[in-house]
Amino acid sequence: MIKQLFKFREMLLVVIIAVLLGVFSSRSPGFASPSNLSNIFNDTSILIILALGQMTVILTKSIDLSVAANVAFTGMAVAMLNAAHPGLPLALIVLIALGIGAILGAINGLFVWKLGIPSIVVTLGTLTIYRGMAFVLSGGGWVNAHQMTEPFLQTPRQLFLGLPVLGWTAIVIVAIIYIVMSRTFLGRAIYASGGNPTAAVYAGIDVGRTRFFAFVLSGTLAGLCGYLWVSRYAVAYVDIAAGFELDSVAACVIGGISTLGGIGSVAGAVLGSLFLGVIKNALPVINISPFSQMAISGGVIIAAVIFNARQERRRGRIILRDRGASETIEGIA
Amino acid sequence: MKLLKTLALGSALALAMLASHAQAETIKIGLVAKSLGNGFFEAANKGAQEAAKELGGVEVIYTGPTSTTAEGQIEVINALIAQNVNAIAISANDPDAVVPALKKAMARGIKVISWDSAVAKDGRIVHLNPSSNELIGKMCLQLAAAHLPDGKGDFAILSATTTSTNQNTWIAEMKKQLPNFPGLNLVTTVYGDDLADKSYREAQGLLTSQPNVKVIVAPTTVGVLAASQAVSDAKKIGTVYVTGLGLPSEMAGAIKSGATKEFAIWNPIDLGYSATQIAYHLVKGDTDGKPGSDISAGRMGKIKIGDNGEAAMADPFVYDAKNIDQFSKIF
Repeated sequence: MIKQLFKFREMLLVVIIAVLLGVFSSRSPGFASPSNLSNIFNDTSILIILALGQMTVILTKSIDLSVAANVAFTGMAVAMLNAAHPGLPLALIVLIALGIGAILGAINGLFVWKLGIPSIVVTLGTLTIYRGMAFVLSGGGWVNAHQMTEPFLQTPRQLFLGLPVLGWTAIVIVAIIYIVMSRTFLGRAIYASGGNPTAAVYAGIDVGRTRFFAFVLSGTLAGLCGYLWVSRYAVAYVDIAAGFELDSVAACVIGGISTLGGIGSVAGAVLGSLFLGVIKNALPVINISPFSQMAISGGVIIAAVIFNARQERRRGRIILRDRGASETIEGIA
Repeated sequence: MKLLKTLALGSALALAMLASHAQAETIKIGLVAKSLGNGFFEAANKGAQEAAKELGGVEVIYTGPTSTTAEGQIEVINALIAQNVNAIAISANDPDAVVPALKKAMARGIKVISWDSAVAKDGRIVHLNPSSNELIGKMCLQLAAAHLPDGKGDFAILSATTTSTNQNTWIAEMKKQLPNFPGLNLVTTVYGDDLADKSYREAQGLLTSQPNVKVIVAPTTVGVLAASQAVSDAKKIGTVYVTGLGLPSEMAGAIKSGATKEFAIWNPIDLGYSATQIAYHLVKGDTDGKPGSDISAGRMGKIKIGDNGEAAMADPFVYDAKNIDQFSKIF
């Protein structure tokens, strides 16, 4: 029953996105052309990857506000590395980006897991810390296009079957996360520890540890985005991706991922990101006053949250509650 | 013993006289940077040394704190006072915090001016702005015209946020002076919020929705960079140009890719040169630096002192493929 509801919800998002595309292309011809659609997908790739990381964290009843700061720090680190050692192969740089991201994510995860601090507080703190670290690392300086090597800049732009590698990266990540969420112990544990932590403990799932790994996953993906971002915009400075953590949360919320945890799907996160991506790409071309753009974006997000809240009411209720187990959870959460 | 004392005293006196004599000949100007080790200020020093050589009998003491703090600058100012400099030219880290130290300097007859980053009115005689809003607006229009065939055609502005004060002032100046550029047509103004991704998307939007726009003018460094990247990613290099205000080190890539032919920003060498010239003429007493007066600044021509003792140096300096390599190393 619930599964069908979600199918319905995702279908609805697909329909809404299609309608939006129709409306926008009536105002700006060529907006729904295949090449522009591939542009939009490519432009949204980074958001999709970040939103998937955010999704795993939100599913465990937590939130990761440090993703954008993670992007900034990792992006700055790999850009400076590339500028200082142009000989390093790109594969190694991407691995380093993933590694730095994972470490930053693990720091969040450890605070949430071992010290039991609420994730919103931890990541609000690390958000400023990671950005501060990016400043300390760079001394406030910029790494510019001419300092980066050709492979570093051009690889994500290479066309493969009509779509740049950046877009393909997002597709591969979506596939991996889909398999992780649906076919692995970690994926199921993430759903369980957010959906019903009490039951999860009974099922032998370590809720804290699961959250830790959700943060590591989110951090790793943010690290990857750090490289992708710097390469896409060909510049690294402290303020890159400012405010992007909220976009990733918004994409999840629009995609039907419950902020209370346990509910949501990979398809939802992807569609939520695409929805934002379509709007972001449409606003500049349909001649809407810049003063009303933000209001429109905000209005859409609130509408999605209201819609979400209505859906969540249909959730099943917990009938039996064991005090012992729930106290364990309280201790962790 | 007594003889020795007299001798010592005498030679000390002679030395002191010599020193004061020397001081009367060379004019010592303290050039205070926001911080040392910053390419922008190193370049300003280069200009200051050039002015010193040209004027003759001028010694420029280039100094500053190691980090951009007002406290550090106050120490530096006190050290300069102790060295009996004739003038101090400072780019302030804080407009108010350095005022007491500078007042102390002025009380001892030291001529104080600020350049680049202003000191509050009480703490200096003249402030030298690298340019003025009017000149920047004019320069942006000139750059747009330079990228269009015969200077005629459509252009769009990519700004930072809708509330950014200096951006809005410059855009207003551009609109005001637009009638002086017949054939130049401002189609629209979009806002990239000084975010790389939003600026990139806005530039992309301009490319698709405004096919007539052949030049994007971005008076902000994030915007001009992002727009250059958007143009080169859209493979529109050569049909659409990007120009505006940016730092040479940041714009070097865009110049090399051809997305930008030329852009502008104030030249720190000229700024250091002019600051030294002004300080020199104040010390010499050629001018009192009162609002309304003119100060001649060598190769930069006459600099007019406006309201509040503020002066604007010149048009922003234009950078292109010929000089980008030289300047991208500096700042």
